[in-house]
Amino acid sequence: MTVALSIVVDGIAYGMILFMISVGLSVTMGLMRIVNLAHGGFALLGGACAHVLTMRYGMPFVPALAASVIAVIVIAIPLERLVYRHIYRFSELEQVLATIGIVFVMIATVNLFLGSTLLTIRMPPEVSLPVNLGFKVLPLHRIIVIVVGLLMVTGLYLLVERTRFGIYLRAAVDNQNTAASLGIDTPKVYLAAFALGAGLAAVGGILGAELLPIEAYYPLRYMVLFLTVVTVGGMGSIVGSFIAALSLGILDTAGRYLLPDVGTIFFFLAIIALLALRPNGLLVRPS
Amino acid sequence: MRRLCAGLLATAIATFALGGAALAETIKVGVIATFSGPNAIWGKQFKEAIQVYVAQHGNEVNGNTIEFIYKDVGGPNPDASKAAAQELLIREGVKYLAGFDFTPNALAVAPLINQAKVPAIIFNAATSAINKQSKYFVRTSFTLWQVAVPAAQWAAKNGAKKVVTAVSDYNPGIDAETAFGSAFEQQGGTIVEKIRMPLQTTDFAPFMQRIKNSGADTVFAFLPAGPATFAFTKAYSENGLKEAGIGFIGTGETDETTIDALGEQAIGLTTAYHYSDVHTSDLNRAFAAKLGELFPKSRANMASMGAYDGAHLIYKMIELAGTDGDKAIEAAKGLSWESPRGPVSIDPTSRHVVQNVYIRRVERDGGRLVNREFDLVKSVPDLGFDR
Repeated sequence: MTVALSIVVDGIAYGMILFMISVGLSVTMGLMRIVNLAHGGFALLGGACAHVLTMRYGMPFVPALAASVIAVIVIAIPLERLVYRHIYRFSELEQVLATIGIVFVMIATVNLFLGSTLLTIRMPPEVSLPVNLGFKVLPLHRIIVIVVGLLMVTGLYLLVERTRFGIYLRAAVDNQNTAASLGIDTPKVYLAAFALGAGLAAVGGILGAELLPIEAYYPLRYMVLFLTVVTVGGMGSIVGSFIAALSLGILDTAGRYLLPDVGTIFFFLAIIALLALRPNGLLVRPS
Repeated sequence: MRRLCAGLLATAIATFALGGAALAETIKVGVIATFSGPNAIWGKQFKEAIQVYVAQHGNEVNGNTIEFIYKDVGGPNPDASKAAAQELLIREGVKYLAGFDFTPNALAVAPLINQAKVPAIIFNAATSAINKQSKYFVRTSFTLWQVAVPAAQWAAKNGAKKVVTAVSDYNPGIDAETAFGSAFEQQGGTIVEKIRMPLQTTDFAPFMQRIKNSGADTVFAFLPAGPATFAFTKAYSENGLKEAGIGFIGTGETDETTIDALGEQAIGLTTAYHYSDVHTSDLNRAFAAKLGELFPKSRANMASMGAYDGAHLIYKMIELAGTDGDKAIEAAKGLSWESPRGPVSIDPTSRHVVQNVYIRRVERDGGRLVNREFDLVKSVPDLGFDR
């Protein structure tokens, strides 16, 4: 019983981190349908920025988080105007090549200025205090991540499903020409959505850094994880990504508790089985 | 006639002098390592340490100029390593090879150095078996057996009874598990559980739970320095293992180049290893001072020490045997000297460095974290060579 509870708690905590680091991608790749391999790059830039602010300038964590997210959005806007705008029209393979190129540029830039070692982000020490849940001990930051993740998924769900912006975005992605002819300023909608995706990537990178530490090769190291979550979740569905992240987190954790020697194979077998049953992901928006 | 004589004499002298000059040559040393990509830190540490050695000892041995040529192989890549060695041997005419951060990169050059009879000094690659592949390999770093066995002996002497081993599931990790386990059981201890963690593991919380449930009093960990160690030590301190009184013993996890990134969670971690940059000796202080002067942002680690002692060994071999590979290897066997890490010597059978293994604890020292030595196991050879 305790083992089952431990699996669920650890699994949810881990799954929430998975959701956190891939939520930005479920906006750019899921909703906007660009194969944005540069997603991890934005997380890296956000994390690197937070590292510099907290470690070199001693800025407290929360303002540093806000400043880093804004900085990433400021970088993302001209990038969208100048580069991504053209990438939208590319074929899928070309999108892969173009965005992976952007990742290499980002990695090289961070490597040049900060080197290839770990870039830690200083958090208030209380955040790493162990919290005793009775049957198991959980670090406080996991609980914070769970709460933030829940807020994020609710906020995004409401934004996409219940606001005018969400309707514009879905319309623009489904049929750009019709949307434009109905008076929707599609370039602006795309710009806003892309900036949102980049900003969320930065938030995820920074909050997830307790588990997946930031370093120059972050975008490549964890690329498979991001892509898995979004693919399993189903393209275009934020809630799908959320459910996918949680189930993958619980599955992976269960594997590590119960079948430690099988290791990561368990995780990938589960994904293969899932995608065989539902090739388009868990929740898919009928188009 | 007299003029002719004088002229001849002058020519003879000039020829002799020139001939003498021709005897003093430029001896090239090819350094094969990783200078780009995620593992570029290895090449950087090697190169800086060599430059410190050259700054301290000059670039001449017996009138010969020593020239280091660096070749990047971009990571664990045996093909690139072989190609680099070929190019260095054939085109550059190097008389010594050196470097080798990863085991496959060292193994790949064995047939080449056997054929060319060129000594290869290994600055890092820590698998015992490498030195069996060629009699031209000499190693100045360490092997897993060399540090894991002292770790086990020290743990057994200091109250550990039941240990759980938690290692990354790849060759060095399994080596460490075997080495620690056999030595600890020899000392009368029990290994209650052996956990192998996939290399891609990001969340160590489940393993922490298993370590707790195993009822062990100490965990022996082996993980590659960097993100894996960061996440593991974080999980160790955040999941209440420290509070539960489960001790930690490791080896190279608290490497100087990543230790500061580990932060507060690293304080108190105990490791058994052959080099700490705060080792107290005049030689080490001089080394650290010179490194700080030439490369203010750098910090010495075990890779620096491997390269520094490797450079020393190459200078010694050139001094004793010039460019004759076979003679140079014979000269290296049994050599002993005082290194910044302490007294070292080259074991004649394994051609591997015999050295002290220090037991250290992570402490805060001003603005940084350091591995403070507080105990040692003297003159440890490569205990894995005969396995």
